[in-house]
Amino acid sequence: MITKEITLNNRSGLHAKPASTFVRAANKFHSEIFISKDSVKANAKSIMGVIILAVQQGDTIVLEAEGDDEQEAIESLTELIDSKFGIEAEA
Amino acid sequence: MNEKKHIIDVEDFCDELNLQRLHCDVSEFTLLDTGINRPGLQFHGYYEYFDEKRIQIVGKVEISYLMSLPADVRAKRIDEFFRCDFPCLIVCWDLSDADLFLEAAVKYNRILLRAKEKTSTFIYHLMDYIDLVTAPSTTMHGVLVEVHGVGVLITGASGIGKSETAIELIQRGSNLIADDMVDIACYHGRTLIGTAPEMLRYYMEVRGIGIIDVSTLYGAKSVKQAVEIDLMIKLENWNDKSPYDRLGLDEETTDILGVQIPLVTVPVSSGRNLAIIIETAAINARMKALGIRSAEIFCDSVTRNNQELYEQAEQKKQKTEQEQITRKEREHEEELADRAETLAQSEEFNDQETEKKQ
Repeated sequence: MITKEITLNNRSGLHAKPASTFVRAANKFHSEIFISKDSVKANAKSIMGVIILAVQQGDTIVLEAEGDDEQEAIESLTELIDSKFGIEAEA
Repeated sequence: MNEKKHIIDVEDFCDELNLQRLHCDVSEFTLLDTGINRPGLQFHGYYEYFDEKRIQIVGKVEISYLMSLPADVRAKRIDEFFRCDFPCLIVCWDLSDADLFLEAAVKYNRILLRAKEKTSTFIYHLMDYIDLVTAPSTTMHGVLVEVHGVGVLITGASGIGKSETAIELIQRGSNLIADDMVDIACYHGRTLIGTAPEMLRYYMEVRGIGIIDVSTLYGAKSVKQAVEIDLMIKLENWNDKSPYDRLGLDEETTDILGVQIPLVTVPVSSGRNLAIIIETAAINARMKALGIRSAEIFCDSVTRNNQELYEQAEQKKQKTEQEQITRKEREHEEELADRAETLAQSEEFNDQETEKKQ
């Protein structure tokens, strides 16, 4: 299992649309992936869980992956967050 | 005693327990010890053993004792008591004598409240309230439904079909409590109550459709706010190598917040109707709780049947042996008779021969 701490920089945080992009990306991997903020932990493959975390700009989240493709999963999701989800979806 | 730190919201605390604030200028207080203390002995001056981190409850006994003291001693004892750092002091019976403590409460800035109920009733309600707000809790990924009155927590990897199964169960008359994230609290150390996080309540995500609101789509009868969790069903991909329970004699359990919950692992493959399997598992769990164990009854009857068959076979074997013995005996007798006859004949013949010679 690997974990990684990331700070979100896009303006709207992990709201509906970015959350949906994030969940779609997470679902490409076989590993179990979790995302947590403070003490609340949600399944990164479930849109409901990710939305309820209400991750805001500047919040630090922890990604946690376990499985045969855990390394790729974490790298890919980190990249997605760092790239502000490809497009600034908050327009 | 619970060592954990709990934050009590004063407004909620006063609303729920119908308390009047005599002195309180904070919005919340910290509870380090979930027990209660009646400070009679402390008013007498005994502090060697004193649970000062507990909520202090004053009833008629304490007030009556304090009133029996000379005014100066009483003031000194109250002052001494309020110097201790207790979370709050509650006077029961709606006693006006609570004003006795007001000066000290203001001086040391302690929370002073008054309850309308009599002391023992109030303590009962207080303990219940504390138990609720300090219950250990956790969040699990899964779907919580009530199936035929049984609280079923369906878990399994993402995309295995938990939500789809839940929708079918709802269409068949079950209630949805929570989809995706289930908040679970353990009350009294043995009861697990599951609810949905407020924001997600009655919402559900179905792949391909998106987010739906179950309470508007299927109506108020299809949802429920909270349920006691009686059974956990784990959905997993069908694995030919995994030895699935074929009898149901071994009862697997899983630990949630220290409570053992029966666990049923259901393999998923196309063509298996999960909703019906889950309904059956739920009813089976309820029967088990009532003491009716189908698997055991079945196995017992198989054992009994085998025993009967064995006994019948034994009897038959004995009978055949007996018959053989009888037959042998009969044959032996017949043989003897034959031989006797032959002998008799030959003797007769000899006699005749002798007669002829003569």
